[in-house]
Amino acid sequence: MKYEAVIGMEVHVELNTQSKVFCGCSTKFDAPANTNVCPICLGMPGVLPVINKRAVELSVAVGIALNCTISRWSKMDRKNYFYPDLAKNYQISQYDLPLCANGCLEIQVNGSTKRIGITRAHLEEDTARNTHTIGGGDSGVDFNRCGVPLLEIVTEPDIRSAEEAYAYLTSLKQILRYLDVSDCNMEEGSLRAEANISIRPVGSKEFGSKTEVKNVASFSGVQKAIDFEIARQQQVIEGGGQVVQETRGWDADKGITFSQRAKESAHDYRYFPEPDLVPLVVDEAWEAQIAATLPELPRARKARFVSQYQLSEYDSGVLTAERPMADYYETTVQCGVPAKPAANWIMGDLQALLTEHKLEIGACKVTPENLASMIALIEDGTISGKIAKDLLPELFATGKSAKALVEEKGLVQISDTSELEAVAREIIASNPGPVADFRGGKEKALGFLVGQMMKATKGKANPQMANDIIRKELAKTE
Amino acid sequence: MSNSWYEKTALEIRDAVRAKKVSALEVTDSCLKRIEEVDGKLLAFIDVWADAARKQAQAVDAKIAAGKDPGPLAGVPIGVKDVLCTKEGTTTCCSKILKGYRSPFDATVIERLAEAGAVFPGKLNMDEFAMGSSTENSSIQRTRNPWNLDCVPGGSSGGSAAAVAGHECAVALGSDTGGSIRQPAACCGCVGIKPTYGRVSRYGLVAFASSLDQIGPFTKDVTDCALVMNTIFGRDPKDSTSADIPVPDFTKALTPAVKGLRLGLPKEYYTDALGAEMRDKIQAAIKVLESLGAEIVEVSLPHTDYAIATYYIICTAEASANLARFDGVRYGYRAPGVANVDEMYRKTKSEAYGHEVRRRIMLGTYVLSSGYYDAYYLKAQKVRSLIRRDFMDAFKQCDVIVTPTSPTPAFKIGEKTADPLEMYLSDIYTISVNLAGIPGLSMPCGLTASGLPAGLQIMAKPFDEETLLRVAYTYEQKRGFEMGMPAALRG
Repeated sequence: MKYEAVIGMEVHVELNTQSKVFCGCSTKFDAPANTNVCPICLGMPGVLPVINKRAVELSVAVGIALNCTISRWSKMDRKNYFYPDLAKNYQISQYDLPLCANGCLEIQVNGSTKRIGITRAHLEEDTARNTHTIGGGDSGVDFNRCGVPLLEIVTEPDIRSAEEAYAYLTSLKQILRYLDVSDCNMEEGSLRAEANISIRPVGSKEFGSKTEVKNVASFSGVQKAIDFEIARQQQVIEGGGQVVQETRGWDADKGITFSQRAKESAHDYRYFPEPDLVPLVVDEAWEAQIAATLPELPRARKARFVSQYQLSEYDSGVLTAERPMADYYETTVQCGVPAKPAANWIMGDLQALLTEHKLEIGACKVTPENLASMIALIEDGTISGKIAKDLLPELFATGKSAKALVEEKGLVQISDTSELEAVAREIIASNPGPVADFRGGKEKALGFLVGQMMKATKGKANPQMANDIIRKELAKTE
Repeated sequence: MSNSWYEKTALEIRDAVRAKKVSALEVTDSCLKRIEEVDGKLLAFIDVWADAARKQAQAVDAKIAAGKDPGPLAGVPIGVKDVLCTKEGTTTCCSKILKGYRSPFDATVIERLAEAGAVFPGKLNMDEFAMGSSTENSSIQRTRNPWNLDCVPGGSSGGSAAAVAGHECAVALGSDTGGSIRQPAACCGCVGIKPTYGRVSRYGLVAFASSLDQIGPFTKDVTDCALVMNTIFGRDPKDSTSADIPVPDFTKALTPAVKGLRLGLPKEYYTDALGAEMRDKIQAAIKVLESLGAEIVEVSLPHTDYAIATYYIICTAEASANLARFDGVRYGYRAPGVANVDEMYRKTKSEAYGHEVRRRIMLGTYVLSSGYYDAYYLKAQKVRSLIRRDFMDAFKQCDVIVTPTSPTPAFKIGEKTADPLEMYLSDIYTISVNLAGIPGLSMPCGLTASGLPAGLQIMAKPFDEETLLRVAYTYEQKRGFEMGMPAALRG
């Protein structure tokens, strides 16, 4: 029998607000344990939450970007369960009236487009981080993370393969990064992805029992875990067994999923409306105000790059993968340099330098204006492309302006005919062998002689002119 | 006029202090001495802050000496129910689970009162987590009624009521979730108001039922009530449910003028459940107002019968979540000798909570459970809307509603502890006010034959505390008697 996988994704993303969602504590990652805390996020007696407006705005921005309907009237709810990572033993979340619902995200897999339904995106507070000593003993709780705003984005069970799940996550992350709502750093836990996976015979309308795979540290890990789960579930069913509905972890070293918690022991969360907060009202005006702040999203921008700058699909995709890179490119082009060379320099030499130094474009010392002026110097013949290639690492290291550096180092291309003629005559005089070879019909020798000219001028000779002039001089002195 | 400062009203004290006729320190010392003398009988205070109170008084005196404004409550001693967070002393809600707990902050009301020049002599007894109607559920002590030491002071703010009635402090703060200010005020013969929901910031009030809880004052008269309201009312950015509605000067509402005002008498409140003696006292009070030109209108609150059931579903549901945080992880009591975290939760809570608290947590957990939510919690919320609508409809025909505060005067200690349902009926006339979110005030309307105070309850439209105070003030001026020193403390 042939099976198909039915997959839904739940992504938790920490919103990058300055302060926590219900108190004024910093959300900074990596602070010493229990230093970003106050009576409110510690759940001390007598405290009350006050919702962070910015967290609501960021959530709504994501909702709009994911084509969701934004609830005019929603509310926060209490999700009750006992665990030491919850200061109040309930989490303030959203139950039946999420901020954002019924959206979709289009993904590209193998050249075709597929629409993944977004069931909902709701705002809640993150939990604390528990640490346990190996072999038992005391456990520690770090409340720094407790109360960081968290947006949970849930898809419809529309995903059919591990590859699609990977494409969904990549595309979602790209949008979230474009919106600048989160760092989306899986290692620091600012983005966490869980997959609900079941399989069913092709053509069946019913869903099989699902497993939920949690705690995977990377998108490729999610892809591998899903592939593993699909194969495992198929094996179970074909062996006459039944898939147990449960939560499973992912062992990246062994490449397997393993049972963590059976769903039978699942909690009854006893949700009810949070009485300490008033209903969340996002009226049309506020939604429009948030929508107006939304940047052009990755797919639209890529399409525009193809049409506006006549770049290839591939180049446009690379340049628009991250918003800062796309911004960098456009600022460079807006300085008046041609689109294609700008793309080549950024994707080529500049990207290589960034990779080598493990830097993001935002931390690059070469400003777009500076890069543009370097490209302009090539375009107007002031420097050669070869000189520019040597120049860029220095611009990259020092942040100096291209013009200043060219002048400082005397790198201006020699395009003066009489100066180049004098050099050519010298080279001919001091290289009788190759000169004879050339005259004997060996065209190759010309290259050597041009090379000698470049060497003598420390690379500053206009390469085309050097070529022409030495050819003329060779003809003259024959 | 007596020379003892502890007997004075807040208005008298602040006027004298501001006029330098007496120092805040003298007033405080008088009050501390009074506590020393009578609290052995009343057991209203669970903690007396003599040193801190004197320092606060000295700070007020220093301000006056420096020519600065000492505030509208300069030198007024205000006792604090143990449900309010204070940096001074401990904040325990009279529960073993918070024994020794020190709050890192002051409740917003405490900050505002301190700013206004108030002095805090200490913390007052209450039913554990404000759950009860007799203060017998305190894990610390059983407060006595100043009118009869064998009787309860009412609850849950029994300590606050007894302290004000017993002249241990001019004012006390309480909290009212279903009657916890008004019922003890009635039992002890003082004035107590449950403001409109949202009038007073709940920041620093340890939550029992968040959608019902309000803080309010106990005072010796209606004027003092207005005075304290001026200070503690108003929007607080730390409480999202606090209302952004202007706070008038409530003392301006204190005019004896009820001519043409319509007093609504809900027929559902004047039934056989109300004892004959109580009914007579209430009717006499209504007669006084009628004689001054108030109009009497019969109104109907048809969903009254469902109020107690609705209340006990909503308040226990909210309480079950609000009290979840007391788990032994971060502060408060932690059961020793446990093998794992689940056992720690179970043992900590079982050992440290009293019967009533455990009963309500279990009830609340049950009504929110999957499969029961719709039948209990959701339905209760719908009935709550109907109860609120009843009041809004009634207020189309009247300006205030006048009822008894409690069906009976204070009962004997131990009389109702065995029967929680009987105890719940003590709040039969007060809980609808919390469900509707409207303001309600209780004030004395005489003594029963057995010498116990009877309480008159006045309710008003949301945020119309001014009309409520006007009616209360008029009655107080014209009722023709003084409550005087409670019987058990005379001589």
